[in-house]
Amino acid sequence: MADQNPADVLDTEGPAAPPRSNGELVFEEPWESRLFGITMAMHEAGMFDWEEFRQLLIDEIRIWDGADHAEEDWSYYERWAAAFERLLAHKGFFQADEIQIRADSFAARPHGHDH
Amino acid sequence: MKTIHEHGTPEISLRVEALESLLEERGLINPVAVDRVIQHFEQDVGPLNGAKAVARAWIDPDFKSRLLQDAAAAISELGITVGDNVQVIENTPKEHNVVVCSLCSCYPWSVLGLPPTWYKSPAYRARVVREPRKVLAEMGVDLADDVTIRVWDSSAEIRYMILPQRPAGSESLSEEELIPLIMRDAMIGVANVTLPDKG
Repeated sequence: MADQNPADVLDTEGPAAPPRSNGELVFEEPWESRLFGITMAMHEAGMFDWEEFRQLLIDEIRIWDGADHAEEDWSYYERWAAAFERLLAHKGFFQADEIQIRADSFAARPHGHDH
Repeated sequence: MKTIHEHGTPEISLRVEALESLLEERGLINPVAVDRVIQHFEQDVGPLNGAKAVARAWIDPDFKSRLLQDAAAAISELGITVGDNVQVIENTPKEHNVVVCSLCSCYPWSVLGLPPTWYKSPAYRARVVREPRKVLAEMGVDLADDVTIRVWDSSAEIRYMILPQRPAGSESLSEEELIPLIMRDAMIGVANVTLPDKG
């Protein structure tokens, strides 16, 4: 499997080397690690039960598996994001469209200010 | 499928950023705590803990019995705290074991770190249950027909880790020399531990 890994072209040693777990990047995109970190930090702070999140994640994966998708469109952390948004909505942390409105405002930032 | 905004930032990336900024505004997350969690999982947690337990089991039969009986208690003898309910399953010449989480991605984080991308893919989750011999062959583990394959489905309650077979010819190696040979995939059951080629 290693020869299919796009991370193989990156530095493997030295300061530019990304963190690795036995030869594979743990996260493929920065947003994945942010999402993971936010979820874990809120769980550590006792804001939800892991099982509650896990059931939503299972459900989101089941929905994806049951729909007609091309395999290359699969993203585990997109399912995680969908499940986490549902969890936060259940907990009443957000109104329904708040995330979309905020994301749209970020998308409208002038070029060069989009990081 | 993936929507890209004109500045090249994918939709999902903006949604996560929006999520984080809203949570932070409401005092529900502390960005420093988030950074710390990410660093912990990216840099501190990895399959080394599992490898230490495997190497000890290979050289100490009593430890091996304890590891198979109560993994968390045995692994704690090595100074490693196991947060998950881990069960260790032993591979033998007659039985090969492989782990999946068919529903999501349950995985023994405290001994193996975060799961690799392929472990979470729909293809692996579905196929290794249906046709494990074929999937294992594709991943480089060719098993004789008389070797039984058992597939263990991890859940939030029990997370499985495989105790791979010690490679032939490794009898003279010390525990410290064995540890770096024990790769993550062998502890999921989709690889065997092999000796490095003599240079």
